[in-house]
Amino acid sequence: MFHFIDRRQNPKDKSLGNRQRFMRRARARIKEVVEKSIKERKLSDIANGEEISIPTKGIDEPRFRHASSGGRRERVFTGNKEFRPGDKIEKPDGGGKGKGGKSGSDSGEGEDEFRFALTREEFLDLFFDDLELPDLVKTNLREVITYKMRRTGHTATGTPTNLNVMRTMCKSLGRRLALKRPGQGEIAALENEIAALDAKAAPSVEELSRLEALRESLKVLLRRRRWVPYIDPVDIRYNNYAPKPEPNTKAVMICLMDVSGSMGEREKDLAKRFFILLHLFLNRRYKRTDVVFIRHTHEAQEVDEDTFFYSQETGGTVVSTALVEMLKVIHDRYPTSEWNIYGAQASDGENHAGDTDKCIAMLSQEIMPLCQYYAYVEILDERETEIFRSMQNGAALWQAYQKVADAWSNFAMKRIAKPGDIYPVFRELFAKQSEKAAVRS
Amino acid sequence: MTRQQKRAQEPLFEGSEWTFEKLHATYAAIEDVALNDLGLEVYTNQIEIISSEQMLDAYSSIGMPLMYQHWSFGKHFLREENMYRKGFTGLAYEIVINSNPCISYNMEENTMALQALVMAHAAFGHNHFFRNNYLFRQWTDADGILEYLQFAKSYIAKCEERCGPAAVEEVLDAAHALMDHGVFRYRRPSRLSKREQVAREKERLRYEERNFQDIWRTVPTNGTGGAVEEKKADDDSENARKLNLPEENLLYFIEKNSPALETWQREILRIVRNIAQYFYPQKQTKVMNEGCATFVHHYIMNRLYDDGLLTEGAMLEILHSHSNVVFQPGFDDPRYSGINPYALGFAMMGDIKRICTEPTAEDRTWFPEIAGTGDWRGTLKNAWANYRDESFIQQYLSPHLIRKLRLFLCVDEAKQRHVEVASIHDERGYREVRTALARNYDLALIEPDVQVVAVDMGGDRCLHLQHTVHEGVHLSDKGRDGVIAHARRLWGYDVDLIGVDKDTGEKLYEAGTARPAAA
Repeated sequence: MFHFIDRRQNPKDKSLGNRQRFMRRARARIKEVVEKSIKERKLSDIANGEEISIPTKGIDEPRFRHASSGGRRERVFTGNKEFRPGDKIEKPDGGGKGKGGKSGSDSGEGEDEFRFALTREEFLDLFFDDLELPDLVKTNLREVITYKMRRTGHTATGTPTNLNVMRTMCKSLGRRLALKRPGQGEIAALENEIAALDAKAAPSVEELSRLEALRESLKVLLRRRRWVPYIDPVDIRYNNYAPKPEPNTKAVMICLMDVSGSMGEREKDLAKRFFILLHLFLNRRYKRTDVVFIRHTHEAQEVDEDTFFYSQETGGTVVSTALVEMLKVIHDRYPTSEWNIYGAQASDGENHAGDTDKCIAMLSQEIMPLCQYYAYVEILDERETEIFRSMQNGAALWQAYQKVADAWSNFAMKRIAKPGDIYPVFRELFAKQSEKAAVRS
Repeated sequence: MTRQQKRAQEPLFEGSEWTFEKLHATYAAIEDVALNDLGLEVYTNQIEIISSEQMLDAYSSIGMPLMYQHWSFGKHFLREENMYRKGFTGLAYEIVINSNPCISYNMEENTMALQALVMAHAAFGHNHFFRNNYLFRQWTDADGILEYLQFAKSYIAKCEERCGPAAVEEVLDAAHALMDHGVFRYRRPSRLSKREQVAREKERLRYEERNFQDIWRTVPTNGTGGAVEEKKADDDSENARKLNLPEENLLYFIEKNSPALETWQREILRIVRNIAQYFYPQKQTKVMNEGCATFVHHYIMNRLYDDGLLTEGAMLEILHSHSNVVFQPGFDDPRYSGINPYALGFAMMGDIKRICTEPTAEDRTWFPEIAGTGDWRGTLKNAWANYRDESFIQQYLSPHLIRKLRLFLCVDEAKQRHVEVASIHDERGYREVRTALARNYDLALIEPDVQVVAVDMGGDRCLHLQHTVHEGVHLSDKGRDGVIAHARRLWGYDVDLIGVDKDTGEKLYEAGTARPAAA
């Protein structure tokens, strides 16, 4: 007696529950490691999930085990070549661990790091844990919202394409029952009986009068059948659709960057990291995210990603040109009714004298009302960090933007001097509102 | 089918793809050899085909088809998965479960030749061993294990619902820490069917509810301090007798006597304890179990090949896997990681066959009972049924095999600067090497000997554990303190552990929750 059972179609991931339990338990540690790893590794491959190793503290499973050294041990090995009884073999580190240490504890003891791979989802979950998009509700209120047609019950009028057959037939059946519409079987039975009587060669008187009565009732039935139609216009029901406001699920991220001579490789690299982080974050929150790259010197142009990050330009610095370009892009392609607009600007803080006022005006009057959020990141030289520690000090652009920030709560500005700053700054920008309030107070 | 009929038959299969028809035919051929030639007795086989993901799943729940949920299984899963994905380790071709019917999992990725090998290995080799070895017969309940696991799984899930996962996790963590010391080594545990199990559990609960009388707690106990002092000495021995001390099964003791546990927590300890007990024979028979399965598959595959039922290609593939499995590098080989239980077991079984059929003079002096009897089947079956690793090696490791494996014994004294080669594969050394190797497989020596020696139920309720130190080998500190902390959680009061030398009775160290861990 034996059986073969094909289990391949059975659900996999039987241990998913266990995996989740483990993640929950090790969450704090994993998070620490993830955050640390972000500071060190290239942001461009962040989204692939990654292998991490966490300290076993808190996830170790202690057991009573023999120590791997000390005491007297007897061990048997295979493959003797030249040893004779009584031979003495020098211990590798002059004591402590003996030769036996090699095959000593195989219990996994002494293992301090636990390595495993996080999935992309798990990684990003931890990565963006407790970050939230700011001010969504407020902007939605004043926006034109997109509408989507949704089913909302049934109506008695409509186009034939929306006919709901099931509902119509239900109505029809109810009405026919209520009005006692004679059925096919009933009429057929009468007709049969009449035919049978008709066929008789010599019908009796009773039979004749019976025939008469039958004919009469058949006539009544047929008339009733005509009065009560199978499907009446009152039965007919259509599916009804009504427009329903829908929050936008599309976002566009507009990256602005100063590419004039003063922005070197380092500055660009920092800016890029920030942009990538923002992009990943938006990607998780919206069904679709577009990215627009606008670079500027003394004039601005929309470019593709590679040009944006890698090509060199020379020229002065006029920030307002980029803002003009941004407005143009928004008006041309990204109506606020369909798109959530995020602005992200990176610069080293320099601007052409006299242009700054124009920037303030454009931002406060035209751009900020359209944007969900606008983040300005100033990239500092590492030596400058000490000088510019306070929010008040700063280059012309910084001081000007300060005014915009005061007026608009969805405008944020931060400074970055080294790669390690980016993630904390990013977290600060998007920390949940309650946390932010707590930080401020 | 008799031996005369078989020559020049059609091969059972060609090519590497397997189908269920081929599996059926091959199974029938293997079964024929296993039952009629080798004379194995097996449980009904249930062979399940699973994918590699499912195999990983099975790994992480210690190979059982059903298991309660716990984070440590998730941790093992992640480790295995990581190793597998990176190609450090392959997956096992099969997993076999000691149950009736005997369930074995075969991987979908196996080629037909491997499926044949795996069926012979697991469905007959391991199966026979499970069914006949005395340890398994006495200590495990193959008929009830799946039912019991089902009960355990749903019970723990219910506890999680009622008390929250965190509370259950705490108990399980602590229970797992003591799992190795949650088995009866000498006393036989009682056997219970699942239904009795549930009935008993209900009965226990009912009894406790019925007898809970809060009012007794508030009645003052009489007796003065002096009287208590006097009584204490008597109490201690009385206590020890009543609690059946010393007790080797720490989990059992805590489950029965802990002042702090609730009924459901005790039941969870029972579950962990029962599972530990179920796996205890497997720990003691690694060499024999694998040796038996390897010997059986090797014999059956060769028979099938001789009978013309396997193609040369299939046989080559089978031999390739077989020799990978029984590969034993020497001690100085970078691949050396201890003695391979497959290799040792297989070599010993083959050696027994040789002694039975073609003994040398040496064999006749060493094994007068079996040398030259010719009945190697009976001898092997007797060995499989009545020995465990330690006794098996002690009984059957022959000088011939010691020479062949070039075994040698090293003595490592912590005080010495040298490791000394005590004995090698020569006339003077055979017995010593054999005894030492047997002791290397003695679970009583591999696992630390920790027992409950005393508990003062009337006083501070401190649980006293004693570690009997053999040959001066201590416990590893980290694990020790971790386990004691877990034990404290279950016991509810302080737990302390003293290390006592086995020979001199000298107290070597103390640890416990009452004093700082470093003490």
